[in-house]
Amino acid sequence: MTQLILEQALNGLQFGLMLFLLAAGLTLVFGIMDMINLAHGSLYMVGAYLAAEVTQASGSFITGVGVAMLGTAVLAVVLEVVLLRRLYARNHLAQVLATFALILIANECVRIVWGAQTLMLNAPDALSGPVRIGGFLYPSYRLLIIGVGALIAGLLYVLVARTRIGMWVRAGASNREMTEALGINVRLLFTAVFAFGAALCALAGAMLGPLLAVQVGMGESILILAFVVIVIGGIGSIRGALVGSLLVGLVDTLGRAMLPAMLRALFSPEVASSLGPALASVLIYVLMAAILFWRPEGLFPARA
Amino acid sequence: MRLAKLVLALAAASCLGSSVNAADKVKVGFLSTLSGPGAGLGVDIRDGFNLAIKHQGGKLGGLPAEVIIADDQQKPEVAQQITEKFLKKDKVDFMTGIVFSNIMLAAGQPIFDSKTFFISANAGPSQYAGDQCNPYFFNVAWQNDNLHEAVGKYVNDKGFKNVVLVAPNYPGGKDAMVGFKRFYKGKVGEEVYTKLGQLDYAAELTQIRSLKPDAVFFFLPGGMGINFVKQFVAAGLSADTQLFAPGFSADEDVIKAVGAPMLGMFNSSHWAHDMQNAENKRFVADFQKEFGRLPSLYASQGYDAALLIDAAVRDVKGKLDDKEAVRKALEAKRFKSVRGDFKFNTNHYPVQDYYLRVIGRDDQGRITNKTIGTVFSNHADAYVAQCKMK
Repeated sequence: MTQLILEQALNGLQFGLMLFLLAAGLTLVFGIMDMINLAHGSLYMVGAYLAAEVTQASGSFITGVGVAMLGTAVLAVVLEVVLLRRLYARNHLAQVLATFALILIANECVRIVWGAQTLMLNAPDALSGPVRIGGFLYPSYRLLIIGVGALIAGLLYVLVARTRIGMWVRAGASNREMTEALGINVRLLFTAVFAFGAALCALAGAMLGPLLAVQVGMGESILILAFVVIVIGGIGSIRGALVGSLLVGLVDTLGRAMLPAMLRALFSPEVASSLGPALASVLIYVLMAAILFWRPEGLFPARA
Repeated sequence: MRLAKLVLALAAASCLGSSVNAADKVKVGFLSTLSGPGAGLGVDIRDGFNLAIKHQGGKLGGLPAEVIIADDQQKPEVAQQITEKFLKKDKVDFMTGIVFSNIMLAAGQPIFDSKTFFISANAGPSQYAGDQCNPYFFNVAWQNDNLHEAVGKYVNDKGFKNVVLVAPNYPGGKDAMVGFKRFYKGKVGEEVYTKLGQLDYAAELTQIRSLKPDAVFFFLPGGMGINFVKQFVAAGLSADTQLFAPGFSADEDVIKAVGAPMLGMFNSSHWAHDMQNAENKRFVADFQKEFGRLPSLYASQGYDAALLIDAAVRDVKGKLDDKEAVRKALEAKRFKSVRGDFKFNTNHYPVQDYYLRVIGRDDQGRITNKTIGTVFSNHADAYVAQCKMK
């Protein structure tokens, strides 16, 4: 039983850390620029497609991931300079409409370039089997994801909390006008943050590609979860994004695994088997609603 | 505005005028899942369907065939919109192509209400086999339960005692579990329902590991199954747990994506590419020539759906407005299926043989299915008694 819970916790950790890569960029853009970017999921999709394409062409997964991150960051810079910059001063509705249009455009472009069917992206052969940790087997590729996610989380923490750029970013998140008044080139900072967020998106897309599927529209479903994460964690807070991601990851995984069995103890098998999966899939929204009820600003609000 | 009304009236009048005599062409609305993880199924059905029309010289029953192809994106609401367009704007004579049972059940009623025949080349929900059976619905493939029944019987006969079942939480998945359990009498360790379209099975695989079953039966068509098998192997479960699946999760689309880990997997089907009848040999050879890959059971079903329409149109000499005659012609099934012989039951579902296949290497070294035996002969579905066909 402890082994089961431990293994499920690892699964939740793996899912949560990947969510964190998406949520980190989203929360910075939302928090610092006060910009709702629905197209964040599209950057994740583009990253995954680039990774699949380059991995297939070069035969190296690492090259694929690297090129995907770089390519998506470049695309993000272009997007920021050409379009998003014009939206910062507008209200949220205009931003939502414009970036929603971007989702549709991105999906159609990907469909034109790569076709409507799912692309295959396989984990490197060396990582296709399980490894033994303690008394049980665990897929090595998922372990790698946990490692990469934890590494990025650590790097981000150092970057945001210990460096000058991080200080600007934090300052920008808590008071934009004051930061500008202090002579920080906020415009350049915005572009850099946006590109960095996009690179993290691409990393998540590339790492999750072999576990999920590289397909049109893959960004939308995960974007909703990323928004849930930043609402739970507090908008603009990296620490909030990390805690929120891990909470969502664990609640979703443990809910899917434990809830049907728990319900079976209470109801008839028919009721349990139809109620269980349905309840498990809304569990994270229940979590979000509960947190919003007691802490409307999220767990770690950036503008405290 | 007045002009628009006039045009509308003219259009309506011309539609009325055109349908008195024998039709000059056959219009088929082909609605299927052509994008996303389920796309492999729809694409195979489409390619099989088109190949049959090509074999008939671009015609169905001697009349020029017009096939309108649309993607339902595996979403019931999209399927309903396209169905509406097929029925009202295109005024199709037949519809076919739907892969998933939840979409079939969402789109079915308007099709039947408009007295358009639906020839299902895949989805075979228990509802339409039983008390909701309909004169305008024909399934040329199987009833959803059937392939799972065949695996259940085999797993039971082999003496497996503790099996975990995995299927998506949608009508086809529920039919799968029921079908398997109809012939498997041992202990069911757990019935795991996943979300339809789910791709990450970490939580489910961990659960399976803790249950220690001696076999796992999974019904996860398309991309879902591809990911499940890959992750099953990556989690190290394949060492001491035998995998069983219906043909859906062990056909060419999955084999191509997963490769060697599929070797040795037993599965059931009503058709196989190594069946030795003349129609099948021609179908398999030409499909490979045309598309550069082996056909899956889905492709064979699409091929048979087109042949069924072809035979019925020929039978009624193109008089597609005589619905009663078309129905009789469809029921008579005057064509040779690539699976050998079968006939329609009173609920318009097939009565046919089901086979056991195993995945191995063929003489060219390809990983593919090999037929090794018959599980059921002349097998009918379990719902036919509830069907009061009008």
